[in-house]
Amino acid sequence: MIETSPAGGFKILAREDFSDVTYSLVVHHPLMARAAQPGQFVIVMSHETGERIPLTIADFNRKKGTVTLVVQAVGKSTKEMQQTCKPGTSLYGLVGPMGVPSPLTGKKKVVCVGGGLGVAPIYPQARGFKENGAYVIGVLGFRNKNLVFWAEKFREVCDELILCTDDGSAGMKGFVSDGIKVAIQGHKDIDEVVAIGPPIMMKACAETTRPFGIKTIVSLNPIMVDGTGMCGGCRVKIGNEVKFACVDGPDFDGHKVDFADLMTRLKRYAEEEKAALDRWSDNCRMMMQAPVLPKDGEEAVAMPDPFEETLGG
Amino acid sequence: MAKAAKKKTIRSIPQQRTPVKELEPKVRVKNFEEVNCGYSLSEAMNEAERCLLCPEPGCIAGCPVNINIPKFIEAIAAKDLRGAYDVITASNLLASVCGRVCPQETQCEGVCVVGETLEPVAIGRLERFVGDNAIREKWSNIPYIESTGFKIGIVGSGPAGMACAADMAKAGCEVTVFEAFHQAGGVLKYGIPDFRLPNSVVDAEIENLRKLGVKFECNTLVGRLFTIEQMRNELGFDAVFIGTGAGYPSMLGIPGDSLNGVLSANELLTRCNLMRAKEFPNYDTPIPLGKRVAVIGAGNTAMDATRVSVRLGAEKVYCTYRRSRAECPARVEEVHHAEQEGVEFHWLTAPVEVLDDGKGNVRAMRCIRMELGEPDDSGRRRPVPVKGSEFEFECDQIVFAIGTNANPIIGQTSHLKLNKRGYIATDDNLATSMAGVYAGGDIVTGAATVIEAMGAGRKAARNMKAYLKIRDSSDDAVGKSAGTFFGIDLREQNFARIRAA
Repeated sequence: MIETSPAGGFKILAREDFSDVTYSLVVHHPLMARAAQPGQFVIVMSHETGERIPLTIADFNRKKGTVTLVVQAVGKSTKEMQQTCKPGTSLYGLVGPMGVPSPLTGKKKVVCVGGGLGVAPIYPQARGFKENGAYVIGVLGFRNKNLVFWAEKFREVCDELILCTDDGSAGMKGFVSDGIKVAIQGHKDIDEVVAIGPPIMMKACAETTRPFGIKTIVSLNPIMVDGTGMCGGCRVKIGNEVKFACVDGPDFDGHKVDFADLMTRLKRYAEEEKAALDRWSDNCRMMMQAPVLPKDGEEAVAMPDPFEETLGG
Repeated sequence: MAKAAKKKTIRSIPQQRTPVKELEPKVRVKNFEEVNCGYSLSEAMNEAERCLLCPEPGCIAGCPVNINIPKFIEAIAAKDLRGAYDVITASNLLASVCGRVCPQETQCEGVCVVGETLEPVAIGRLERFVGDNAIREKWSNIPYIESTGFKIGIVGSGPAGMACAADMAKAGCEVTVFEAFHQAGGVLKYGIPDFRLPNSVVDAEIENLRKLGVKFECNTLVGRLFTIEQMRNELGFDAVFIGTGAGYPSMLGIPGDSLNGVLSANELLTRCNLMRAKEFPNYDTPIPLGKRVAVIGAGNTAMDATRVSVRLGAEKVYCTYRRSRAECPARVEEVHHAEQEGVEFHWLTAPVEVLDDGKGNVRAMRCIRMELGEPDDSGRRRPVPVKGSEFEFECDQIVFAIGTNANPIIGQTSHLKLNKRGYIATDDNLATSMAGVYAGGDIVTGAATVIEAMGAGRKAARNMKAYLKIRDSSDDAVGKSAGTFFGIDLREQNFARIRAA
């Protein structure tokens, strides 16, 4: 009998920490591993009273029946998950794969751009393009050398890899948009650029390619509730149209996306998020645990932006 | 059942409709407890006396699932509550739900003969009384079920899916219901607020389905996790029913409608009801709290949105509707309750633009007055803008409840034929373009009511049974058959053999 919602939740098999704020979870879900396509996402509820948070599928292994999620601890839920989600524990809810898969065929030369946490979800796309015979140029951006992850994994599926760091401590010094410029200078025949990262990064990528008329796809991650097209919370402006990122996307033409609108809407619950985080941190302190406390003046606390780490990256 | 001692007449029955206890408006606006407290036994028996037990009752035909209404009311009058429950559950498994949310005034109560002279019999309240009593007494009607070995997959755990699941389980099929959310119940859980339909009631009804052997698989987005085609070809489902609802809220399509503070009623209600944001921060999901909330639309969803906003602590809640009160599609009781709770109605008013505060939030709404013109396609008089009547009013939150469009997921992921509006195309038997796949409820008709969805679920089940060649002996199938042959139902597959014997 088909069982998609096991009684004890969805088992976490492995976890890897990339930095003090980013971590990956490998979750057992054979059906989802079989169905998942690059570009899709899931919605996770870590416990019964939790909220539903959308996370892009960073990888999947059909043989092992696992999906990999990469999480950045920015708000109450993701910081709490950082403490509680360990191999052997389970996620209360996990639904997906959601969204329209990214088309990977028919391209000869593509640039796959990932900034910060966006590096994870761009990986299956790069691999997918490679499997379909495309020449893949990877452009990865991080703040510094210590935050770099998965570079080796990318080398296996990319024909060229351009690593960028804000401070030049690894690869070239500069943002991913600078990396895209290098790629464009080296190749006149790029069919498509796919960029995943914080909104401001995707916007910079779209502006970089616009003068060259290169088709640029971005993956949007607005605030969602159900992820099935029912609430409209994730609506985004694409040209003159209103689209729902959850069922019409999450991939859209970067040259048409209204990024200013997206960034404003991402701040919708900034106050509530901050209140929830403060309250949770206080509780942790009282329970003599060591919560991941925000540093003074760190904006990331108030922002429900999952890709905060590489702002501008 | 005892026959009524003497024939009742319109003069001999209690003249006044038995009032039902309700929470005081000033108390209930501060909580999410149920407003309508329901009948006590004596109140229910008193109201049951008002039924004339018509020999040709209109109410049965007025009910989308054809409950034998006079028969269950007669049982209540005779204090035979178990009997009343048995009569209702023969047609409707969700008495507690339907008694609360059906638009009775346009269905059974709308055609009640008593209603021609006095107020109609309070059929909905009586049905709820019977259903609630059964939950309290932990009754359930689990018939002896002989397995047919058929596997049925149901997509969506809302009212259509539940009704179809119940009938197929009773017919001996192994039924699995798939739900995308983490909890079963569909719109009954995420949409209808606790003060109108407590989640505990929905859970009790779902538990009854589980007792019938129905399995619920939550966290399952059919179409994306596996497709309808895969259900039929790989996963071994002999038949599939799609009851995914309409989903996809219609947008306002006016300037400023993406500002923070503008949200769909679906989003407000889902956050509040299913995700329990009203208990934030004990539950993690936040909810937008508006001081001055404008709700656009006047259907039941709009009424729910206004009343949820009141309870979340809004200082002022407005409801604007482009037509007049007479065309308002909400249940009369909901509008009445909203008014009692201080919601201010602005009829013949349509939004033109949402104005921002310079920081991406709502500051005010610009509206225009409307007047009624010639009748439109729906037969209602078309609202026409009155020139020069635009005005602004301050608000910090706008909730739109102006209808929904077809959810695209099943269409995107299957080859099922859709109609031109994107809903699933079916024939009169609710069969889709794919053999063995049926669809019903809002995903076929567009937004409608809970009971209509249940009716569709049951109709699909009947046809599914015919498709699978399962003998259909349910009450209504027999009752509705074209004819009988010496008392033998002609629709029974084996009637020829019986006749030969």
